[in-house]
Amino acid sequence: MKSLQRTLLYVVLVVIAGITLAPLVWMVSASLMPTGQASTFPPSFFPQEVTFDHYRSLFTRLNLARYLFNSVLLSVAVMLISLVINSMAGYAFAKFRFKGSRSIFALLLSSMIIPAQVTMLPLFLLLNKMGFINSYAGVIIPGMASVFGIFLIRQFAQSIPDSLIEAARIDGAGDFKIYWTIILPLCKPILITLSIITFMGTWNDFLWPLIVMTDDSMYTLPVALANLSLEHVQDTELMMAGSVVTIAPVLILFASVQRYYISGIMAGSLKE
Amino acid sequence: MRASTRAAVIFLAPALTAIGAFFFVPVMAAIVISFTDFDIYSLGNWKYARFVGLKNYLDLIENPLFWKALRNTFYFLFVGGPLSIAVSLAAALLLQSKLVRLKGIFRTVYFAPVVTTLVAVAVIWRFVYHPRFGVLNYGLSFVGVTPIDWLGDPEWAMPAIILMAVWKNFGYNMIIFIAGLQNIPQELYEAASIDGAGKWQQFTSITLPMLAPTTLFISIITMIGYLQLFAEPYVMTQGGPLDATLSIVLLMYEQGFRWWNMGYSAAVAFVLFALILVASIFQSTLNRRFKTS
Repeated sequence: MKSLQRTLLYVVLVVIAGITLAPLVWMVSASLMPTGQASTFPPSFFPQEVTFDHYRSLFTRLNLARYLFNSVLLSVAVMLISLVINSMAGYAFAKFRFKGSRSIFALLLSSMIIPAQVTMLPLFLLLNKMGFINSYAGVIIPGMASVFGIFLIRQFAQSIPDSLIEAARIDGAGDFKIYWTIILPLCKPILITLSIITFMGTWNDFLWPLIVMTDDSMYTLPVALANLSLEHVQDTELMMAGSVVTIAPVLILFASVQRYYISGIMAGSLKE
Repeated sequence: MRASTRAAVIFLAPALTAIGAFFFVPVMAAIVISFTDFDIYSLGNWKYARFVGLKNYLDLIENPLFWKALRNTFYFLFVGGPLSIAVSLAAALLLQSKLVRLKGIFRTVYFAPVVTTLVAVAVIWRFVYHPRFGVLNYGLSFVGVTPIDWLGDPEWAMPAIILMAVWKNFGYNMIIFIAGLQNIPQELYEAASIDGAGKWQQFTSITLPMLAPTTLFISIITMIGYLQLFAEPYVMTQGGPLDATLSIVLLMYEQGFRWWNMGYSAAVAFVLFALILVASIFQSTLNRRFKTS
């Protein structure tokens, strides 16, 4: 009875895993098919012969290297800048006693329910006035600080014992020294988590870069892919190669650091 | 100023300036813009925008396209949301079973679609749904289903988008459910089984009530996410066929950034905000009532 139950359970789990992975496996497989093979009946799951032509033409003919560069640059820049700004604020909310600390933090938290789309029109106008439309700054500036990031770091930094900070202060350390040599090293796990979440969020973001990057050469991978897929509807194999280039970096990143990423989501959900 | 206050100001200044200038100010400005006829001429010189009062909102109410977008978004929310949560819970329960080994591997695999890029996923699924060469119709043909034009048929386009969204999202809520399940004290189940409660009874009288706070949290974040439907219809159907997948955010994008009717578009954005606000308040009231009873 027990073993039957177990077998059944594994069958269900494997079937779900199959459904989860099938579209991604098919994407990789189709990206290696010769042109036209993905549009045959019955559908084929494996390439008749493996070809890297589509990847080649993405990088030679379709400027994909540029989009890849834009995506990497923006994701890394937003990640690093927001990490510094959010960790400073998170630390301040966790450890500094000052008037209004609680109410400012509460205001920030309650603003999380305002959807970003509400800000997009005025933000576009503002950045347009500042001359940042169609520039890297246009994506970086709105991503410099995030309430979610401040929240995650605050929760974590609260667990650092005050005595540690006091001891450093008695030894003559200033606020910045304490932040740099005590708080940041101790917050390492949450900083890694937040870095991954921010990197992936910027990498996968679509609507805002679509709005703010008006020139082809400034597109990020998702914007470029959406554009290409509307132009090259018939080139299945080519589009799958483009999808692989877009998805593979985040998927590989996730696979290598998934422990941190998943623990971040769990931490973010425990805000009763 | 006290030393600690001065330090706090220095440490908070960058974050609060950034969030203030590039989030709170735009929110306020959006309210103002939604009461003006801001358009492409005003883009060059803001002075050209005039106050029009509630005109944008009144126009919205009279626009059948707006109601269509609202209806579609609700369809996505009320069918896709619960379906996604149910699948997440089922997956979490399966993975919590004591009989299963290799939990970590399954968990990672189920979570993988969450981190993938939505645009790329939509591009893939567009081919999965292809009426002639798509894998889905091919699979269904073995059980005698005649080919369905998933994305070309107004009846099927939204279900197709929902199916893809569930595939993409269920792993996220699954993780939160697993965290919730791990917080349920094991003794409860032991006591219940001594009292002779069956598996199903344990599920309905222990697991579900103990998961209630988790479920409410998940409902809120799922609802906020699902109301923002955009990339799927943008890439897969461009809102069609016959506007069957036009969403609120897609309408906002097209009005604001394709036709530059920014006043009108800001009004659409505020409808989205109002929906999220009302639903969040409703759900947290429910939560409070649940806690006191």
